[in-house]
Amino acid sequence: MDDLTPLRQLWLDRINSATDPAAIEEVRLAALGKKGEISLKMRELGKMTPEERQTIGRSLNELRDEIDAALRARKLSLEDAALEARLAEEWLDVTLPGRPRPRGTIHPISQVTEEITEIFADMGFAVAEGPQVESDWYNFDALNIAPEHPARQEHDTFFMHREPGDDRPPHVLRTHTSPVQIRAMQDQGAPIRVIAPGRVYRMDMDQTHTPMFHQIEGLAIGRDISMAQLKWTLEEFCRAFFEVDEVELRFRASHFPFTEPSAEVDIRCSWEGGQLKVGQGDSWLEILGSGMVHPHVLRSAGINPDEWQGFAFGIGIDRLAMLKYGIPDLRAFFESDLRWLRNYGFAAGDTPSLSGGLSA
Amino acid sequence: MKFTLSWLREHLETTATVDQIAEALTDMGLEVEEIVDPAAKLGSFTLARVEHAEQHPDADRLRVCRVMTDEGEKQIVCGAPNARAGITVVLAKPGDYVPGLDVTLSVGKIRGVESHGMMASEREMELSDEHDGIIELPSGEVGQRYVDWLAQNAPDKIDPMIDIAITPNRPDALGVHGIARDLAARGLGVLKPVKQANVTAGFDCPISVTIADEVAAKAPFFAGRMVRGIKNGPSPEWLRKRLTAIGLRPINTLVDITNYFTFDLNRPLHVFDAARVSGNLTLRGARAGEELVALDDKTYALPEGAVVICDDKGVESIAGIMGGAASGAQDDTVDVFIEAAYFDPIATATAGRALKINSDARYRFERGIDPAFTLHGLDLATQMVLDLCGGEASTVVTAGQMPQPDRAYRLDPARTTRLIGMDIPEDQQRATLEALGFRLEGDMAHVPSWRPDVLGEADLIEEIARIVSLSKLQGKPLARPQAGVPKPVLTPLQMRERTARRMAASLGYNECVTYSFIDQPSAALFGGGQDAVRVENPISSEMSHLRPDLLPGLLAAAARNQARGAADLALFEMGPVFTGGEPGDQAMRITGLLVGHNAVRDPYGSRRKVDLYDAKADVEAILQAIGAPAKAQINRKLDVWWHPGRAGNIALGPNVLATFGEVHPRVLREMGVKGPAVAFTVNLAAVPFPKTRTTTRPALDAAGLQAVDRDFAFVVDPKVEALTLVNAAAGADKALIQSVSVFDQFTGLEDGRKSIAITVRLQPRDKTLTDADIEAVAAKVIEKVQKATGGTLRA
Repeated sequence: MDDLTPLRQLWLDRINSATDPAAIEEVRLAALGKKGEISLKMRELGKMTPEERQTIGRSLNELRDEIDAALRARKLSLEDAALEARLAEEWLDVTLPGRPRPRGTIHPISQVTEEITEIFADMGFAVAEGPQVESDWYNFDALNIAPEHPARQEHDTFFMHREPGDDRPPHVLRTHTSPVQIRAMQDQGAPIRVIAPGRVYRMDMDQTHTPMFHQIEGLAIGRDISMAQLKWTLEEFCRAFFEVDEVELRFRASHFPFTEPSAEVDIRCSWEGGQLKVGQGDSWLEILGSGMVHPHVLRSAGINPDEWQGFAFGIGIDRLAMLKYGIPDLRAFFESDLRWLRNYGFAAGDTPSLSGGLSA
Repeated sequence: MKFTLSWLREHLETTATVDQIAEALTDMGLEVEEIVDPAAKLGSFTLARVEHAEQHPDADRLRVCRVMTDEGEKQIVCGAPNARAGITVVLAKPGDYVPGLDVTLSVGKIRGVESHGMMASEREMELSDEHDGIIELPSGEVGQRYVDWLAQNAPDKIDPMIDIAITPNRPDALGVHGIARDLAARGLGVLKPVKQANVTAGFDCPISVTIADEVAAKAPFFAGRMVRGIKNGPSPEWLRKRLTAIGLRPINTLVDITNYFTFDLNRPLHVFDAARVSGNLTLRGARAGEELVALDDKTYALPEGAVVICDDKGVESIAGIMGGAASGAQDDTVDVFIEAAYFDPIATATAGRALKINSDARYRFERGIDPAFTLHGLDLATQMVLDLCGGEASTVVTAGQMPQPDRAYRLDPARTTRLIGMDIPEDQQRATLEALGFRLEGDMAHVPSWRPDVLGEADLIEEIARIVSLSKLQGKPLARPQAGVPKPVLTPLQMRERTARRMAASLGYNECVTYSFIDQPSAALFGGGQDAVRVENPISSEMSHLRPDLLPGLLAAAARNQARGAADLALFEMGPVFTGGEPGDQAMRITGLLVGHNAVRDPYGSRRKVDLYDAKADVEAILQAIGAPAKAQINRKLDVWWHPGRAGNIALGPNVLATFGEVHPRVLREMGVKGPAVAFTVNLAAVPFPKTRTTTRPALDAAGLQAVDRDFAFVVDPKVEALTLVNAAAGADKALIQSVSVFDQFTGLEDGRKSIAITVRLQPRDKTLTDADIEAVAAKVIEKVQKATGGTLRA
């Protein structure tokens, strides 16, 4: 068998001069295909002596492997070159806008309600609900607001129509979320811890009032739940809700028929450039009303006030949203102006959590 | 409730400052709403003396003065006619803010002459309307602060006015004396007792009084007496000032006395001109049709049964609310009959509301005045009439029985501590109640007659808490009900609401919160607007009926946004709708509304008009998110506000889970919305809840063999529904056919029929399908579809 060097050079040259994948394939068939030159040479090995076969066989195998590798390498490099050429051609204006995808929003009231719920859920408060058309018993009498008491007049109540002949007192649109206290205690008895967020209604409409707004009621009844624990609970709530390290609350005596003692609660704050800062400063801002549940209320709900005691509070959700997020006008909450919804709304993915932060 | 500091000091010996008093009041539940302290604005002004005054060279009415001030002699140009040498004046220097002018002074040049400040008038100091000249003080040293001079020489002029909000439970704080009592209990001074009167009756009262049985409960007690030979007219200056300071207009001495007693001791009175009263007085219920021209000169139709005070001529006064014009005291009144009575709070409130009269008397009677103070109050008022108007007092006539409320509740000091969570020693608790006028017998606390609101043990605790001060309360931790990681608290429906809301937002909808009440015509368009859901006293006709559906609110919102130029909208709301007027006639819905186009214009032609399939995709996404079963029926039993041919219900049998489609064009027209508009509504509670809760997922069914897709196109009648066809195809071989989906529709066939193209996916389980297997299934699909729809395979 003669020297394979010229053969090797011949094929390597042919491989290198191939300029496209089809030419490479042609070379491959001519060299390594069934009737390729190298394949044919290998077939001739059978006719050789074992000694010849051993030396020439090895050389041929090496040649075949080398050519094969060269073919693959050349093919890859040609493909790369083709890809480069294509990529050089393929150019799009990446500054054009992406395909439009609408961006929805969550209303601040929903968002803040979820924030509040997260905090109180961690303290063991469940979420109770009640009807918005309420009987006057649940809305007033059960809550120690007697029919002729001036406190009832101060509620600016919306009354529902009564058919002639129906002698029941007219139902009302609930003026507060407090009737849910009664319903929840009737359902679950004591001990109990619930919050009750929802719509409430008062006949009032001016710069700072809307005839519908949102409250969240809180109720905790136990054997020895005290006003001091109410204060701690509200402190913890405010600290978590306003996302500050320290808060200072001030309890001012007040009067609500359904709690006794009653307190209005102020929070220490400052206003800088219209922005509220909680926990510092020289101003006090009234944020909620609260107190120890009146024995009459417990009795109305079938709970013995000699055995059970606890606290209740009511917070304006809309107002908390305004304070926390710097939203100026209550009336705009209910006007559904798209510009407002987009500006003050929250992204669908902004689910408040305690682990990730309420507004993070 | 307004009062001044000097007035308070008539009832309270105190050295406390206005700020200390205000802080204590607010802390005790008498919330200070406003303090008007005239001195607060006057701190920078000092006294000065005019040394020399001469005519301004260029102005007839101006003088150039040399004024000695605490900073030496200054030149000041002054236009006041009384500016002259030798007088002591009030000086405002450059840099001072002059409240009455609302200006901060600077060195000025007046007609060419420099002026270093000004000499002030009372109006410029906002002390009075006096502006005829500058203030001339009869005493005072140069450099002395004007406020200090006022405090020494004319404290009235800088008497601070305090306005507090009174909660409905505190009628006793509607008199200055009651406010002083609270402050004394808090430790801010010593309460001065109410004076005793010293009236000698000179003759028998010629007017007698009877209370008719019918109103005995509403008007338990009435007392009065005549004072004859008086001289009415303007009241003395101190009284007029006092009333003016709290915003009341002085009328004449008799009327001013009644107003004074109302605010000073919370003792409303009425004064009749005895000469204008015919015969005796009777208290009875008003009869149908009776009217009275009251002191405000308005004519009132009297509500039947309201307590009125009558003489022989008829009604002269509405008990506890307002007197009549005809018999009221006048400037020329010579004989006066003074009334002090106790009227029932509820009766007064009921009558007052019916009459729509808001008077200071009604305000007090309906909250409950001190019945025990009736006669004492009458005596004190008589004394003041005698002192100010002269005359001679008669004996007192009375009718009825003075209520003698004596209630006592047990004070349990341990319970106070347990409820408040603050350690208040027993003796402090007792002392606090006693300071408020409670009488303690053992552990029983007797309620003072002026506290009708105290009706139980809890009220005692509240009194102690507010006087001791809740601001001292220290928070104490409230442990979780169970130690450890808290359990989830939301109900499945509450979780579903959250999920649906966030899904809607992620689908691109903006959440709205609209009012629960809407106008009647809009409600009627959506099957509502009946009387049962009518608000009896709506704030406007736009908010008269509870909404039967969320769509009207969203459509109205869409119309408003369109009017502002926003044409493409995706709005949603989650909230209650009302099916009736009883508690519980409400259901939680989520409704989405798409109006206009799906997208802004872009280079890729994405923009097109929204259609029902947008709404359908969204509603299906929400249903899936809240766990609705994947296979539900679609029917067309639609409510009338949907387009009858382009909307559908997603239902499980008769249970409608959701509706989607085009809003009826007539509804759009009525609501002023420019279409196209498509919507969806999900009835959140109607979607079945899983019967059992498990965290285990169904095992993955990943077949080892490759699925085979086969496409078919059928020609069917135009109203054949795709779902019928799909269900028929799927039924051809339930084991083998994994899914059937529509991938094309062509409606333009010449005979009016349409073509629907489906792809059927076959999933072999145990062996690879042969061509024959596939052909067999295909034949069955064709046969089933043909049978169900009359459709034929498209050639």
